[in-house]
Amino acid sequence: MASTLTAPSTVDDRVSSRSLGARLLSRPEVGSLVGAVVVLVFFLITAPPFRDLATTGTILYQAALIGMMAVPVALLMVGGEFDLSAGVAVTTAGLTGGLFSYQFSTNVWVGVLVALVVAVAVGAFNGWLLMRTGLPSFLVTLGTFFILQGLNLGVTRVLSGTVSSNSISDMDGFESAKAVFASEFKLGPINVKILIVWWIVFVAIATWVLLKTKVGNWVFAVGGDAAAARAVGVPVKRVKIGLFVTVGFFAWFSGMHLLFNQAVVQSGEGVGKEFIYIIAAVVGGCLLTGGYGSVVGSAIGALIFGMTQLGVVYAGWNADWFKAFLGVMLLLATIVNLVVKKRADLR
Amino acid sequence: MVRWQKKAVATGAALVLVTALGACSSSGGKQEEEKAAGAAGNVADTPRMKVAFITHAAPGDTFWDLVRKGAEAAAAKDNVELQYSGAPEGADQANLVQTAIDQKVDGIAVTLAKPDAMQANVKKAADGGIPVVALNGGIESWKQAGALGYFGQDERIAGQAAGAKLTEVGAKKAVCVIQEQGHVGLEARCQGVKDKFPNVEKLYITGTDMPGSQTTMTSKLQQDKSIDYVVTLGAPFALAAVKSVKDAGSAAKIGTFDTNKDLIGSIKSGGVQWAVDQQPYLQGYLAVDSLWLYKTNGNTIGGGQATLTGPAFIDKSNAEAVEKFSANGSR
Repeated sequence: MASTLTAPSTVDDRVSSRSLGARLLSRPEVGSLVGAVVVLVFFLITAPPFRDLATTGTILYQAALIGMMAVPVALLMVGGEFDLSAGVAVTTAGLTGGLFSYQFSTNVWVGVLVALVVAVAVGAFNGWLLMRTGLPSFLVTLGTFFILQGLNLGVTRVLSGTVSSNSISDMDGFESAKAVFASEFKLGPINVKILIVWWIVFVAIATWVLLKTKVGNWVFAVGGDAAAARAVGVPVKRVKIGLFVTVGFFAWFSGMHLLFNQAVVQSGEGVGKEFIYIIAAVVGGCLLTGGYGSVVGSAIGALIFGMTQLGVVYAGWNADWFKAFLGVMLLLATIVNLVVKKRADLR
Repeated sequence: MVRWQKKAVATGAALVLVTALGACSSSGGKQEEEKAAGAAGNVADTPRMKVAFITHAAPGDTFWDLVRKGAEAAAAKDNVELQYSGAPEGADQANLVQTAIDQKVDGIAVTLAKPDAMQANVKKAADGGIPVVALNGGIESWKQAGALGYFGQDERIAGQAAGAKLTEVGAKKAVCVIQEQGHVGLEARCQGVKDKFPNVEKLYITGTDMPGSQTTMTSKLQQDKSIDYVVTLGAPFALAAVKSVKDAGSAAKIGTFDTNKDLIGSIKSGGVQWAVDQQPYLQGYLAVDSLWLYKTNGNTIGGGQATLTGPAFIDKSNAEAVEKFSANGSR
């Protein structure tokens, strides 16, 4: 994508007039969409509860849990960076909100705001250190990952005397915060968790930003070739730091869901989730090298992961093989993704 | 750019401030509280000894918090300097035993959840004259490893107790939820349940992912409507199961292994029916105390037999009695 900035001879797919079909097929998410359909059909056949509308809510919720964080992670990957601290940052945000409101006996909304400051600060720190040192984001965020993991445990124990935050379910503002972050409603037979709605909203906003705004172009540019982007006047530093801050914001949002869903947060949570977010983004068509990908793709990736994770359970297969099934299904989805994408590129 | 960096520094400083602020405010109150709890009895005037306490705990698990509290209470009473450490991987934990040997500690308390990895180093310590006791895991292997005693429950027997309970209350089909795939002790619990209650299925969840655990349990309950009992193997998962049952519109009841503060509350309010209690506080306490008794008076608690700390049941009938202890984090 970024090559459009440096090599004007290639046709810019945003201005050329091509058929709708060709345009659709050249989108990064089209392969994963086919993969998702394959997974869906597979489980519709093998797992009877999959055909029940009531289970849709559960599957979408599982996907939203991953997909919410896959949104900023996909943006970040398009911008050419990684964030290994994204998983524990969610826990950090949740813990901060819970611990702060409990320890200082404030309205929980104060804790929510403090958590926002902390989560955004973690993102800003990642971005700032990255730009300051020029180290690969892999290393910088690996450091943050360990720091946060340790702080989560250490600070929680110092404050609450145990390894989970204190329950805040009986405190002022809990009900209203729960309504925002972790409520649910019925849509026919489907039990819809509010997180699903937020997820769709955020995917839409992020897609619009990425595809229709100047900032979106900048993200593609810095991910494709940072030096070239800088040469044409893109504020590379600000874009990259901004992307990490975005991860921080989403970590806050996901952390608040975690907090208000359970009322307590365990300090050991979130480890390993960072890879699942990256997997969702990659399955959804983001390149590991940056400069290419989509937010909608990350949502489809999350959906594939969620469907597979729960599909194995719905199918009632022997639980011992769970992880193996999961791996096979993900590989299949990704291979379908790859084949479709290659076909599309040939056109 | 500069303005941007300033902003970043400012937010960073805010972060530090918030953490520091938090740390300050609690250090007084909470520490006093713990001291008060520890100072309930007189402190022993026997020579100060150093005990290494090495578990296979994953960080952030409420269960191990209780074990540690028990160990600290005994250490405070017995004039023991306690070195608490843990590593989930067998090889790492074995290495911690080696570092304890290197430091020439006066005693080692160790969990043997992964006995094969631990055996060599534990034996080395015992042969080298450092008394070792095992706790929580390793009821089959502590004697071989040369430990003086064992404090914990037999996981299979605990599972059988839970299975018997299921039969007693007339359950029809149960699901046994394992939060860590490939954990010997957890598998033994579910196997024990199956011994006494054959119609049980296993379900794996990822223990470090609470909302994911919740949806996995929900989906299992949606898939098999005949499940009328969920058995979890840790307190936090029982609390997640309460939500899963509601989400799935199921009428399944919930029993669990192990407790924490919130779980006791849930038993009282009827969300969770019962918990198999292996008394983690007692495990930690006895492990340290036994080393002190051995050192000062040559005693071995259990007299060469395993000392069982469980399985006892906590249900609505006795939850209230446990609650006052769980409130200060020792049950």
